[in-house]
Amino acid sequence: MGGAGVLYSQLLYQWEEVHSLCMEVLNWSGQSLELLQTLHTGLSLQSVVSATQEASLSTLLVRNTVWRRDISASPAAQSEHLQQKMSENGALPHRGRVLTVDTMNPNVKKVDYAVRGPIVQRALQIEKELKEGVKKPFEEVIKANIGDAHAMGQRPITFFRQVMALCSYPQLLDDNKFPEDAKNRARRILQSCGGNSIGAYTTSQGIDCVRHDVAKYIQRRDGGIPSDPDNIYLTTGASDGIVTILKLLTTGEGRTRTGVMISIPQYPLYSASIAELGAVQVNYYLNEEKCWSLDISELQRSLQAAREHCNPRVLCIINPGNPTGQVQSRQCIEDVIRFAAKENLFLMADEVYQDNVYAEGCEFHSFKKVLFEMGPEYSRKIELVSFHSTSKCYMGECGFRGGYMEVINMDQEVKAQLSKLVSVRLCPPVPGQALMDLVVNCPQPGEPSYQTFMKERTAVLSALAEKAKLTEEILNTVPGISCNPVQGAMYSFPRITLPQRAINEAKAKGQAPDMFYCMKLLEDTGICLVPGSGFGQRDGTYHFRCVCLSSRVWNFLLTVCTVNR
Amino acid sequence: MSFLREISPLVKNTFLSERDVLSICAAQIAAEIQQDERKNYNEVLDLSSGDLHRGGIKSITFVRQVLAACFYPALLEDDSLPLDVKQRADGLLRQCDGGSVGSYTDSCGIVKIKQCVSKFITRRDGGVPSSPDNIFITSGSQMLMLKLLVQSGGSCRTGVLIPVPTYATFTQALEDQGAAIIPYHLCEEQGWTLQVEELRRALHAGRRTCNPVALYICNPGNPTGIIQSRKSIEEVIRFAAEERLFLLADEVYQSCVYGEDTEFESYKKVLSEMGSTIASTVELASFNSASKGFMGECGLRGGYVELVNLDPAVKEYTRTLFSTRSSPPVGGQIALDLMTDPPKPGDPSFLTFSEVEVFGEIPGISCQPLKAGFFVFPCLHLPLRAIKWAKKKQMEPDMLYCLHLLEETGLHVRPGCEFGQRKDSYHFRFDTMEDALQRLKTFHKQFMKEFS
Repeated sequence: MGGAGVLYSQLLYQWEEVHSLCMEVLNWSGQSLELLQTLHTGLSLQSVVSATQEASLSTLLVRNTVWRRDISASPAAQSEHLQQKMSENGALPHRGRVLTVDTMNPNVKKVDYAVRGPIVQRALQIEKELKEGVKKPFEEVIKANIGDAHAMGQRPITFFRQVMALCSYPQLLDDNKFPEDAKNRARRILQSCGGNSIGAYTTSQGIDCVRHDVAKYIQRRDGGIPSDPDNIYLTTGASDGIVTILKLLTTGEGRTRTGVMISIPQYPLYSASIAELGAVQVNYYLNEEKCWSLDISELQRSLQAAREHCNPRVLCIINPGNPTGQVQSRQCIEDVIRFAAKENLFLMADEVYQDNVYAEGCEFHSFKKVLFEMGPEYSRKIELVSFHSTSKCYMGECGFRGGYMEVINMDQEVKAQLSKLVSVRLCPPVPGQALMDLVVNCPQPGEPSYQTFMKERTAVLSALAEKAKLTEEILNTVPGISCNPVQGAMYSFPRITLPQRAINEAKAKGQAPDMFYCMKLLEDTGICLVPGSGFGQRDGTYHFRCVCLSSRVWNFLLTVCTVNR
Repeated sequence: MSFLREISPLVKNTFLSERDVLSICAAQIAAEIQQDERKNYNEVLDLSSGDLHRGGIKSITFVRQVLAACFYPALLEDDSLPLDVKQRADGLLRQCDGGSVGSYTDSCGIVKIKQCVSKFITRRDGGVPSSPDNIFITSGSQMLMLKLLVQSGGSCRTGVLIPVPTYATFTQALEDQGAAIIPYHLCEEQGWTLQVEELRRALHAGRRTCNPVALYICNPGNPTGIIQSRKSIEEVIRFAAEERLFLLADEVYQSCVYGEDTEFESYKKVLSEMGSTIASTVELASFNSASKGFMGECGLRGGYVELVNLDPAVKEYTRTLFSTRSSPPVGGQIALDLMTDPPKPGDPSFLTFSEVEVFGEIPGISCQPLKAGFFVFPCLHLPLRAIKWAKKKQMEPDMLYCLHLLEETGLHVRPGCEFGQRKDSYHFRFDTMEDALQRLKTFHKQFMKEFS
């Protein structure tokens, strides 16, 4: 029982619940109250045990209530659980597992990632059933839940894959089927790798020459505003960078705990990471009526409310947006920067869709560019990290896990800590680093691969634009579904009006109404979408996120399926 | 000046590796060599990490050919690639959505590859069954398991028992998660063996200040290079069963075993042969990776963990946690496939060394015989003057030794202080390459002479 002693401090958080639990289940005498009061004052197990004769009950309490910091179950359910434990094993479940749902990191329990959540599990199951010959009203599952371009038939950029092959198997450098510019890129990358091999670890911040190339790219993109390679960190996809920065920033307890402002609807990596790190999620709502635009007044409202219970220090923006696809205007970005300056907020700008801009009149403005064009009053002060990745845009190379982040105006000491943090995971995958290099250092006019490269890039981007328009149009023809224009990214996030009966049935099942809708849609038509509840939405509204689909897929869907209400 | 001085205390507590001092020096020297400013040697030999490729070993052709064909499938039409390469690449591409390695995969790894891994494990363990359902492919680190196990908040920290010496990155990862580190000392005099009494002592000491939950073992050992005997593994498993500890078995060097009388036995295998109660209750996570072994593909970032006797409800949460990372890097997954299902007859799959008495004749260095892994962890018997000099420079004596070594010979190795060692003992971690050994011998004689 030695190890159990220190666990008592855990109980302090829940002593109210423990108290009522005891009263309900065990019908205790005043002695128990004494025990609990002693616990509450934080004495060690030894002194508590000596204060009471009910030693076995003490250990029972430890076994069954420890680590329940986020009791969501009703007291009745808890007591039932407690009784069950008792009857199973006597007072002390001696041979119980070390790692159970109760003893594991409680933050993990709060993690949800709708993009690959239960509906996707069901979709995979259905795929399996189809393979086994089970009859369904459809022949294939359309996985429109995840932004995976290659999975949906997009072709990789030839030049990129050629260089990757050359890097993997350098003997091919002697093969005259590969163009000279591809070979030069490969040689340059290999030279900066240990032992000239992509199989060697790199420094944890990422290959030097790649970071230099990234800095040059950013400088070109932002009209000459300088970028320091030392501020560039290569990451395992953008997700890795986002989680790392959030980790760096999460501190404090209770009222001083870090609050992270994130748009609703949002890409659920943010909510999942915030939950995992035990930070506080602070929602600000995008305006659906105005094409998902961002209102500063809403930012203000959200911040004010949050200050009552946490310490909001970070403001996350996804531009172009996921799932909403909105592309922020320059004015809006300036307003956000001004807001962040006034309220002392750290800006995280998720810009992974920066090449995916379709709508007329919309343009991608990088946060850094706007920041620096607002003059030194802002550009010297605002702390900003911007994220990019190889998974989206015209590349769609999700599997390679390539990405980078640029940190602006980060305190030098904090930066040293960041470098320490990233060194723990050794280094990002080298193929991803190499690919990122190619993205920022793509074929230039005059180079042998330039024409083919531009042709492919243009084809991909215009196909994506076409899919965006088509998806929006088609969804808007369905009664009960209304879809905002898809300005950028690669998703539609239409609103659905559900009949009250459907809502009631969903609630009876304990399901969010849009989950209920999407599940039914999946079973009846094979289309896998992600319900809006996975991204967040205003109360009483329902949505789903659907990857923008090609005309081929839409034709298939429209001839074969009827949307079931 | 930033208000952001206030960052997560977990990050602040992670110690800054002294490796940086050596690495910076090494980089400087390499630059000087480029500018023809160095005389004694013409290259820095980087032996500082378990990175074969960086140390000059070539990658395996088959592996790289398959990788290239997967990245650029036009090569499947190429005459220059052998048939088995094309077949393997083609098979792998069929497992990818859209036939492209650019797609996301299942968050726990491509199903076919997990099947390969579980078959490999079954073969390795002489038939003990392994389910792909318990295999989780990672990008090489143990981070996600630690996230499940470790509670950082509250007044009761999760404790993890770790061996001394141990490699620094793992210690950092633990501190990063907010775990309390409970060191247990390996016994150098008896070949760096693990003594259960020492485990017990450490555990009891740990219980006074935290909540010990897990016991971490590295077998074959890093930096020690020893292999645990079957008896020792059984003792550890019994200890974990009695004291209710989750076993973390880091077995990434399992395929680098030398000497005729040494054999690697996995924790899982031994566990399965210890009677049904223990075999079905002791919780074990066993780690392997494509970074070590005969392939040495560190940069691809491919690894896996096999979870034994894990609570099914926790397994579900594990899956969700993995899903937030999208999917493991595809290059690493391919490497794992090739590692666990290598080409059959005719291919060299394992390095074969005979047991080497590495430091037999160097006075002032004593070393346990090399049994496995890439490294030895020799003990330095430094003269008093050297120790005093180091302390005057506010440096660990073995760090001073390594800096001199680097400067004089171009050998970049890691000092024992980074791995943990008994007080007043000094070591360094060393790779066993011929060339390196020569340089070391010459240098060591001079160093001892200078400081005697």
